[in-house]
Amino acid sequence: MSDEKNLKSVPLEKRHVELGARMVPFAGYSMPVQYEGIKTEHEAVRTSAGLFDVSHMGRVYVTGKDAIAAVDRLVTNDVSKLVDGRAHYTVMCNDAGGIIDDLVIYRLTADRLLLCLNAANRDADLAHIEEHLSGDVELDDQSDQTLQLAIQGPKAQQILQQLTDYDLGEIKFFRCKQIEVAGVTALVARTGYTGEDGFELYLPGDGGEKIFDALVTRQDEGLAMCGLGCRDTLRLEAGLLLHGQDIDQSTNPLEAGLGWLVKFDKESDFIGRQALEKVREQGVKRELRGLILEGRGVLRPGYPIEVDGTEVGQLTSGSYSPTLEASIGLGYIDKDAARASDAEVRIRRRTVAAKIVDFPFYRRPKKS
Amino acid sequence: MDIPENYRFSDDHEWTDDQGDGTVVVGISHHAQDALGDIVFVELHGEEGVLEQGDDFGVVESVKTVSDLFAPVSGEVVAFNEALEDEPELVNEDPYDRGWIVKIKMSDPSQLEELMDAEEYEAFLTEGA
Repeated sequence: MSDEKNLKSVPLEKRHVELGARMVPFAGYSMPVQYEGIKTEHEAVRTSAGLFDVSHMGRVYVTGKDAIAAVDRLVTNDVSKLVDGRAHYTVMCNDAGGIIDDLVIYRLTADRLLLCLNAANRDADLAHIEEHLSGDVELDDQSDQTLQLAIQGPKAQQILQQLTDYDLGEIKFFRCKQIEVAGVTALVARTGYTGEDGFELYLPGDGGEKIFDALVTRQDEGLAMCGLGCRDTLRLEAGLLLHGQDIDQSTNPLEAGLGWLVKFDKESDFIGRQALEKVREQGVKRELRGLILEGRGVLRPGYPIEVDGTEVGQLTSGSYSPTLEASIGLGYIDKDAARASDAEVRIRRRTVAAKIVDFPFYRRPKKS
Repeated sequence: MDIPENYRFSDDHEWTDDQGDGTVVVGISHHAQDALGDIVFVELHGEEGVLEQGDDFGVVESVKTVSDLFAPVSGEVVAFNEALEDEPELVNEDPYDRGWIVKIKMSDPSQLEELMDAEEYEAFLTEGA
């Protein structure tokens, strides 16, 4: 119980409780896990739209004339290639090539970047960044003073558009723009963690609640209040990884299928480069793969994966997939078995047949 | 949701409905299903089905989590609610009736007396909150 007493609050905590959310401890914060129920909320995001408070995420600004060069040495993607108003996904590695965190970097201007970090890793990330930051650059952790909302789903643009005069169609995938939303200056990005079209709003502490309340009134237009429960099932279906489960300091981006984030040919050196070059030369020892359960049951993290009767790995994520109406999971499988198609998963006292597949498990339909 | 007056409840939030013929029907309480959220799978562990009171004999899985089922009384499992194989959500929708889980032929019916009655269970929930 002492842990629950030490929980931190996001600015909207009281509003969530008033609106009927079930709150649970997550990454040190009291956060809504669900409102109506995970399946209902999941389906709303796939077919309509959902509103998430993700203010527990870390929001750290890096400013100064050397901001880009400094961050470029910390991450695997090529920060020098970003232009104003563009964002990219990347990982930050340690010297051994292990993943300290995965993050999204937004280039606001040539001397100002926004880093969106995982809540559970914020302190470790900041310590690592501070230790390695060099040049004319300042770090400004705004996580506790600001809010972050996500509006996700095929109707996200239509609903958010009603709160702003700016044509949201101008903000393409992985781009961002500072605009007025409900009279509040907001950084609006077309990013998310659900596999759907949608936006994330980075908001000042004092104006965030106003936008949240303006959105809450749109529930009858198909905007569902959503908790972190469906965020997890949505991201898993979309094949988006979760740090602390699918990736961590004991995994490297190449075995996690994130090799596309590692720019070996970028101009800047970066932490972990040597170790990752060695992995690339020698080849990975295991691969992160998708699993779909064929028999009855639900895949969960930690369950052993077997191919031809031999244990070849373990699940790192697993859940019921409301879209596939089956259980899906991710797990590292030893190189020799990673491309097999049939596996078995040990679930308590049984072994259950599963297919090894590529992920994502779900891709949103293309706009016609 | 009202707690059925004639049911008896375990600390693990399971209910028993005494059939008067030496058997009880067993399920999980409204409180338990609500705490779990959307239930997607119900499974018994064994084929043999002879249980001691407190044995974990199966699981109820929601989207988010796995919860063990503990035998509220000793006895033999004589029926499983096969409707749950296709409609596990019955446990959410109707926990005290159509969402029943197993029927147990009791080896020691006096154990029922150790369980909470509806009033005691309600108090138990209030204390826990």
